[in-house]
Amino acid sequence: MSVFIASLVLWLFLTGFSYQELVVGILVSIAVASVFRNYHRIKFDRKLLVRLFKFIVIYLPVFIVEMVKANIDVAARVLNPKLPLNPGFVKVKTDLESEVSRLFLANSITLTPGTLTLDGKDDHLYIHWIDVKTMDKKEEAISARFERILKGVFE
Amino acid sequence: MMWNEVLGGILMIIGGFFYFLGGLGMIRMPDVYNRLQAGTKATTLGTFSTVLGVGIYYPPFLIKALIIIAFVALTNPVGSSTLARASYFAGVKPAPITKVDEFEGGEEK
Amino acid sequence: MIETFFVLVGIGVVLSFIRILLGPTSSDRVAALDTMNVMLIGTITVIALILKRGIYLDIALVYGLLSYLETVVISRYLEGRK
Repeated sequence: MSVFIASLVLWLFLTGFSYQELVVGILVSIAVASVFRNYHRIKFDRKLLVRLFKFIVIYLPVFIVEMVKANIDVAARVLNPKLPLNPGFVKVKTDLESEVSRLFLANSITLTPGTLTLDGKDDHLYIHWIDVKTMDKKEEAISARFERILKGVFE
Repeated sequence: MMWNEVLGGILMIIGGFFYFLGGLGMIRMPDVYNRLQAGTKATTLGTFSTVLGVGIYYPPFLIKALIIIAFVALTNPVGSSTLARASYFAGVKPAPITKVDEFEGGEEK
Repeated sequence: MIETFFVLVGIGVVLSFIRILLGPTSSDRVAALDTMNVMLIGTITVIALILKRGIYLDIALVYGLLSYLETVVISRYLEGRK
């Protein structure tokens, strides 16, 4: 049922809102939902709208600001003739439980200044960091902000 | 010129500039991990800016442009992180200036 | 105004293509190819704007889907081959 609603909404956004598209979309969504009946990862409950609202209001502005900063950083590094790099692989601990919030954490880390997620295992993330400054406070520098925000949104 | 055409054009040119920076980073960076950093970040923001500029320039495209933005923002970091992990396991050596390595070969497959 | 966009994207695509030709390992080549694919998604949407045809946006979406799939499949292949 939840798969049905999700695919119907996506169909309507992709094709536009009209009567014929609605009928075809319902048929296609029934087909998709019957194939993927056993996947119950997406759950719709009353909290979903609250979560979506929190996601858009709290997470997205921080994410966009961080991404613009990351790009200015990368641009300064690339355009600098001396190419200032100090790369290294570091290991970072995370407290997030659910899979969706980990996916968003990894994506946010990849798109924020100078870091790229390599692998996630148990409760550690392995990260390629373009400019290793300290080894002590690495959690504070890389992931703490997004972890706090995502914890508020998803858990 | 309407205001939305000016704004859309400016956004598109900013996007094109970030695409150019992505290409330049591809050439200048010393190893595959740094190249992925530059490439992924620059092209993701470039796509945001360009596609949003198209949506603002011509408003009937706006909904689909937002879908394309969400899609690129979800898949591009996942793809590049998969590629970085694969090249680590395939034995691509990082550049000699790399200081720390806590990954240490990952787990044995 | 839009010509400036095409000039910048053209330089970017040429630079990534040089990396595809030069790249010391296959990982470098795939990374450059991935970058080039994302650039082409943006370019296809601008072409949709110039021709005022909505169908090109669907083409951009499907192109993005296929390029993501291609990156993941090639990485899996590189990972398996020690």
